[in-house]
Amino acid sequence: MTKMPRILFAGLLASSMLVTPTLAANVPDGTKLADDQTFTYRLLDEFTSVDPQVVEDVSGSDIVRDLFEGLFNQDADGNLVPGVALEYTTNDTKDVYTFKLRPEARWSNGDPVVAGDFVYAWQRLVDPELGSPYSWFGELMSIENAAAIIAGDKPKEELGVKAIDDHTLEVRLTNSLPYFPLMTTHSSTFPVHKPTVEKFGTDWTKPGNIVSNGAYVLTEHVPSERSVRERNPMYWNNDETVIEKVVALVINDDNVALTRYFAGELDRTDIPSGQYPKLKAEYPEEAISAPRLCSYYYIINLGENGPEYLKDVRVREALSLAVDRDVIVDKILQGGQFPAYTFTPAATAGFQVPDVPAASMTQAERDAKAKELLADAGMGDGMDVKLIYNTSEGHKKIAVAIAQMWKTKLGANVELANQEWKTFLETRGNGDYEIARAGWCGDYNEASTFLDLMNSQSGYNDSKYNNPKVDELLAAAKTADDPQPLYTEIEQIIAQDVPIIPIYHYAINMMLKPTLKGWPIQNVEQNWYSRDFYKVAE
Amino acid sequence: MLNFIIRRLLVAIPTLLILIVISFFLMQLAPGGPFTSERPLPPQVLANIQAKYGLDKPLLHQLWVYMKGILLHFDFGPSYQYKDRSVNDIIAQGFPITLKYGSISFVVAVAIGVSLGVIAAIRHNTRLDYAATGTTFFAQSLPNFVMAPILIIVFTWQLGWLPGGGWNGGQWQYLVMPVIALSTSYFASIARITRSSMLEVLNSNFIRTARAKGLPERVIIWRHAMKPTMMPVVSYLGPAFVGMITGSVVIDRYFNTGGIGASYVNSALNRDYSVMLGITILYGGLTILFNLVTDVLYAWLDPKIRY
Repeated sequence: MTKMPRILFAGLLASSMLVTPTLAANVPDGTKLADDQTFTYRLLDEFTSVDPQVVEDVSGSDIVRDLFEGLFNQDADGNLVPGVALEYTTNDTKDVYTFKLRPEARWSNGDPVVAGDFVYAWQRLVDPELGSPYSWFGELMSIENAAAIIAGDKPKEELGVKAIDDHTLEVRLTNSLPYFPLMTTHSSTFPVHKPTVEKFGTDWTKPGNIVSNGAYVLTEHVPSERSVRERNPMYWNNDETVIEKVVALVINDDNVALTRYFAGELDRTDIPSGQYPKLKAEYPEEAISAPRLCSYYYIINLGENGPEYLKDVRVREALSLAVDRDVIVDKILQGGQFPAYTFTPAATAGFQVPDVPAASMTQAERDAKAKELLADAGMGDGMDVKLIYNTSEGHKKIAVAIAQMWKTKLGANVELANQEWKTFLETRGNGDYEIARAGWCGDYNEASTFLDLMNSQSGYNDSKYNNPKVDELLAAAKTADDPQPLYTEIEQIIAQDVPIIPIYHYAINMMLKPTLKGWPIQNVEQNWYSRDFYKVAE
Repeated sequence: MLNFIIRRLLVAIPTLLILIVISFFLMQLAPGGPFTSERPLPPQVLANIQAKYGLDKPLLHQLWVYMKGILLHFDFGPSYQYKDRSVNDIIAQGFPITLKYGSISFVVAVAIGVSLGVIAAIRHNTRLDYAATGTTFFAQSLPNFVMAPILIIVFTWQLGWLPGGGWNGGQWQYLVMPVIALSTSYFASIARITRSSMLEVLNSNFIRTARAKGLPERVIIWRHAMKPTMMPVVSYLGPAFVGMITGSVVIDRYFNTGGIGASYVNSALNRDYSVMLGITILYGGLTILFNLVTDVLYAWLDPKIRY
């Protein structure tokens, strides 16, 4: 899923922001560039769309960031840098933002990019007629009347966004939002070219029809096979772009993709599960592992349909303690993942990892405590546990290992069941399970993107966890000057209540050709822009 | 004969209609829907999307609208997963790819399969027969999901002769590996059927008569034995051809041809109802058509058959 940055630098943002270095390939002097500046990478699956207001998957958003440019971009460390907007100003209450747009910005057909293009795109995002799966993002951005327009109660023209003149955009919010500019790096806020959209309808994104304002234009698209984007000569910063052409090849199989990487067909691909140590040893410069904002965990059904035995917190804690995270991370995954004792990954900006007791114990101590807790709860040998996961070799390995840990340490009889993805989501959503696998990637780099799931009212709270104190702290965090201590406290409560069993925090594992420079490895959201890259001669 | 063909084509219409209706309701039975996702959509957003696609209407109404779209405009609806594309787009893009590598694989499979089968039969119980039978067994027992990655490792990585996948307009370099991987198990089956059928024919009375007349072996094989030998082969080829030109998810997955086989499987996994239904109709139509072709060929091969 696409991600968006938030809050991270909320405290640092001044009420006005002036031009800082823009996005472009920073080629050091004396670098010998390769003759062929084509960047070819692998996509696991066909992307859903390249329409900024419609796209909903990560690989589609990656492409959209190359084809279109919004008000702001992210640099290699995830910091905000100007895009179409040069700067912004805001009022004292931070609920009206005014963006100054760069006059030299152009669409690929030569038309100037004007404030009205943003107005059109943002109205389009919340328009029920378009039915964008990301329309809720407009609501999340707190734009005036967004919710009412989505609900069909107001016309889209009443959205709180206005073109003061061609190069001035004003946005009115329903409440104070200090981190609003950070949200404008999200692809759903990118402008679209109204005459093109109106002329071609849903066909407007096809090569030949599409008009875009980013560093590249889409020139070829064979669905499920390849898509090609080439330099947009009208892009305002085209002179500083180095990569001429970007080719995305859809390769469904991880191992085939790796073979084709070795055959020299790809500059970047993903590393198949379990192969990172071997590849790192053989290709130390190419095999890369970096933390990602994602958690892998098991959720426990605390809802009406949940089993009685799991309502006892001692049983839940025993199950969590008995999971040897180090075995999972070091012996099964082997890709630089991190054992998890909290839901929020340590890599999350500003997050202070709380001192939860389980994290500092040895596994032997955890096991001993688990047995003790289970005995206290009156659950002897032979406890029946049902665990479901969605069909996948990777999930299976972990489930089998954990089932074995529960069996040998706690004497539990674990019944494992795998289900096809959509069936699994339905089962889990309906609460027809005892323990189920889950994974969550942050939408933005801030702890609330994880902890909001623990809100009793959250639509994503499949464990039906309900602790009024947590709800209260989450609400307080929304308006707090420094929400971090509140997040830490919430994690401590979760560690006591055990509605979930955190297992590990993800790492991204990829092979990257050493000749390709400029990949934002440090950006935990992995938002990359091809115009930052360049290829050096071998 | 013409009457027979017209009659069969007329019967195809209700058959397809029944196929559409049954498929339409069956796919609704699968748990989850096109917009079920790890992060459930807010109710209002979901309602807007469902209204856009008419999924908020009763099922019978949806079926009516769908049928009307097909019959009046030949429009199979939008894809719910790939929102910039319609089902017509997806089929128009993927089917020609599959048709191309499927047809070539078919020709290759028939040529190799029939030759091997005939050679094995006329050189029955000789080394040639054992070699042909051995090849057939080997080819049959090597699944294409094993063969595909091996081909890529050998021809792309080790030798560097062929691109590891893709389509690129269907240039020959991109066709070699998909064709090998797809045709192998088919040629093995064709060879086995041809061999046993030919052996049976060669032992029949009319061949013995031909031999008694002193006809040369070449004439016996080609003029007298070949046609009856092909009867069981043809009955296998009809469905095999449909299977090949409608694609193989394994070929599409490993060689990333962009063919329609992968779209079919993905549409089922994504609950992309309209794509699933569109491709089902295409497969159904092709199956009906090639069963008819098979029947017509029967009549040509065996004059005893009259329709």
